[in-house]
Amino acid sequence: MVYSIRGFDLAALDVEVEPIAATPASRGRLVFWLAVAWIAIVASAAIAADWLPLTSPTDMDLLARRAGPSADHWLGADALGRDLLSRLVFGARISLSVGLIAPVLGLIVGGGLGMLAGYFRGRFETLVVGGIDVLLAFPPLVLALAITTYLGQSVLNITITLGILSIPALTRVARAATLTFAEREFVTAARALGAGHGRILMRELLPNIALPLIAFFLLAVAVIIVVEGALSFLGLGIPPPAPSWGGMIAEGRDSLDAAPAIAFLPAGAMFLTVLAFNMVGDRLRALTDPRQGVL
Amino acid sequence: MDGPLLDVRNLVVEYTVGDRTVHAVSDVSFDIARGETLGLVGESGCGKSSLGRAILQLVTPKAGRVQFDNVELTGLGSASLRRMRRRMQLIFQDPIASLNPRRRIGDIVAEPLRIAGIGNGSTRERRVRDVLTVVGLEPDQVVSRLPHEFSGGQCQRICIARALVIEPELLVCDEAVSALDVSIRAQILNLLEAMKARYRLTLLFIAHDLAVVKAVSDRVAVISAAYARSARPRRSTAPRRIPTPHFCSKRSRCPTRRSGRRAACRSASRLRRWRRLPAAASARAVGAPTDAAPR
Amino acid sequence: MTDPPLLAVEQLSVDLPTPRGRLRAVDEVDLRLEAGCSLGVVGESGSGKTMLSRAILQLAPRHARLGGRVLFDGQELTTLAAEALRRLRGRSIAVVFQDPMTSLNPVLTIGRQIVETLREHLAIDAAAAKRRAVELLVEVGIPAPEQQLRQYPHQLSGGMRQRVAIAIALSCEPRLLIADEPTTALDVTIQAQILDLLARERQRRNMAMILITHDVGIVAGRTDEVAVMYAGRIVERAPTGRLFKAMRMPYTEALLAAIPKLDAPPHTPLPAISGRPPDPTRRLPGCAFAPRCCYRAARCEEHKPSLTPIEGTGHEYACWHPIGPRV
Repeated sequence: MVYSIRGFDLAALDVEVEPIAATPASRGRLVFWLAVAWIAIVASAAIAADWLPLTSPTDMDLLARRAGPSADHWLGADALGRDLLSRLVFGARISLSVGLIAPVLGLIVGGGLGMLAGYFRGRFETLVVGGIDVLLAFPPLVLALAITTYLGQSVLNITITLGILSIPALTRVARAATLTFAEREFVTAARALGAGHGRILMRELLPNIALPLIAFFLLAVAVIIVVEGALSFLGLGIPPPAPSWGGMIAEGRDSLDAAPAIAFLPAGAMFLTVLAFNMVGDRLRALTDPRQGVL
Repeated sequence: MDGPLLDVRNLVVEYTVGDRTVHAVSDVSFDIARGETLGLVGESGCGKSSLGRAILQLVTPKAGRVQFDNVELTGLGSASLRRMRRRMQLIFQDPIASLNPRRRIGDIVAEPLRIAGIGNGSTRERRVRDVLTVVGLEPDQVVSRLPHEFSGGQCQRICIARALVIEPELLVCDEAVSALDVSIRAQILNLLEAMKARYRLTLLFIAHDLAVVKAVSDRVAVISAAYARSARPRRSTAPRRIPTPHFCSKRSRCPTRRSGRRAACRSASRLRRWRRLPAAASARAVGAPTDAAPR
Repeated sequence: MTDPPLLAVEQLSVDLPTPRGRLRAVDEVDLRLEAGCSLGVVGESGSGKTMLSRAILQLAPRHARLGGRVLFDGQELTTLAAEALRRLRGRSIAVVFQDPMTSLNPVLTIGRQIVETLREHLAIDAAAAKRRAVELLVEVGIPAPEQQLRQYPHQLSGGMRQRVAIAIALSCEPRLLIADEPTTALDVTIQAQILDLLARERQRRNMAMILITHDVGIVAGRTDEVAVMYAGRIVERAPTGRLFKAMRMPYTEALLAAIPKLDAPPHTPLPAISGRPPDPTRRLPGCAFAPRCCYRAARCEEHKPSLTPIEGTGHEYACWHPIGPRV
């Protein structure tokens, strides 16, 4: 033999590992960062609304009803003379907080249920899936109506309602992702090492399904913002005079011919924000694959 | 030396798929003495992977006994089973799928120690680095990387390191080299032999390639399936025997028993029988060139 | 021989842009294949053999840059229009891939998949296509073909699936069949059956075949010529019998030596090749195999050897220190 073996030649066992740089995905990067920038602007404006030099959103300046942009009202005023810019900023506060907190409820409850259902299978899974189907079949507006009628309209109740409504989708995503990963050999390997259920769920499965879940969560944020807007538009959401984008669109409906900006400005803000969340969510979903190699 | 390390008697493994029952393993018996390597050969679909997993109780066998060091594994409570799992480990066929894609190598290889509650942070790290060096990887280059940065052969080394870090007594290699290139396969086989010597392991080597099995085994057992696999619940084709001459000398004195739908595992045959295999059959079985000039 | 060869590959190279630099997957490969002959391409993972087959079919990734020429039956494939290429693939050049579970559509019955190919390329009606599909399944050795037509891929065993994939590939009577690791996902007994099937069909149809594999033992006795690839280049090429009897490249010898032999005593240490396949983005000035070669000298690391023919034998190798008798 030409390649001689002295004992077991450890030289045959040496391996070097080449460093691999991360792959940038060059297309769409600019748009992604613009989306992130927009979200950052809206979020910081909403948080810092109290300290910004804005007039109160509920002050009615009856001399400036339906006025266009001016020195006093940078974006104009609505039908009751309230400053549109400050109403937009304070409305962002409502929309973003409902839009972010409600899906978090869905993520924790729905994601948790989905992960357990996908892991344990069997009767528990059938129960969860059946429950989700029931919840999905329930008309969402009727639920919102019921809750607001019996428990009153408030930010908290709206958030809880929308949170409950977002549970089914997140359960499904979590369950599908868990089903994919639970069959992989690294989970069997963990069981062979003696890991218990909790350890496998937390340390093996959760890191793998977290990213697709979060990507979907961001898409859910976008949807919830729109749904909150629709509820407010229908009068079932945040009661006036607290500003919310949906409510502002409803109020602007009457002035569409005289001052269309009253309806279109909040609609535009909502559109841009929802679009931004969609882009970020899509981008995260595209990066879900941990493999960063080339070929 | 008292008794075999692993003693399997009348093992039966069945799966329920929809409304059909698949008899994966039917009445298999064998034993492995301490420090021995038993090779298990069979074509795909004959149940050898199910056998490997059933021995480790990753799949609950329907009937039969598995005794490890005189301790009966079937029916053992989960806590005791977890303790026993530290003493036997499994290497899988697909090395890349056996590693959690989102965890770093150092974390993965330290996991068995963490599960078993051995040592603290620094002792674990030292043991991880030691075992990585032993399998031929440079710890500094490997410990903080993710699995997708490594090739198949390197991932298999990492899997072997993970299995060996708790110093088990039995190592089950389930087609551990089938997915690797020829030259990497040779490296890993050499590595397994070296590890067996170093850690005084007992090996159960499962594969479909007789030459590979023969290279590492002291004894060889053959598993065969008596019936052609058909997609239908009822047999529509006549039962066909697998070409046993490809695996086993015709002069073997292996008893055959048939129960259920699949044949029993033939008892181990001594290696000297393999040398009487006609050259044509061996070449057909493994595709090796019969006219290669040995150097 | 004045007839042009069925397939002529001239200085084919495939470059892939990666963040680490330009990756040369295939490096100036020359091939000639006559009609009815078979060529084995042997190489490990990363040697460029799969990219070579993709490049021949003009199926390389979109961002890859191809150099050189590929001539099929005198036609230049690199400049052919997309529609003409599409007609060529499947009809004149067919491919069998490694994993039949992914190369077959899991949601269509196999009958539908065979019939689809037939009707697309041969423009025959459904009944005739179905009859032909049954004939094909018989030819590839699948029992009870009429019933199997209604099966889905996951209901068949691995060997059966690969036979179906071969049936689809052969359905339009191609003149060239490229088999890309057709048996790697199968176990040993089935491997032999599939390879025998391919050889038989090749003989019957007088079809040319390229058999790509990482296991040099597979090409023995089944191909007319063998080309060994390493790091994107062909490092040795010879008629099969001659390659096994009188190989010159140390890499070929090492590949053959690393296969466990059935008649060797047990626990014989396998002479494994040390190190690992080279990083294609970091090209060495000298021979790519030099870091792992036990015969290496200074010249091997400085200058890249080119393919040197041995007179009158059709045997070429690229090595500064060939093993075996001096020419």
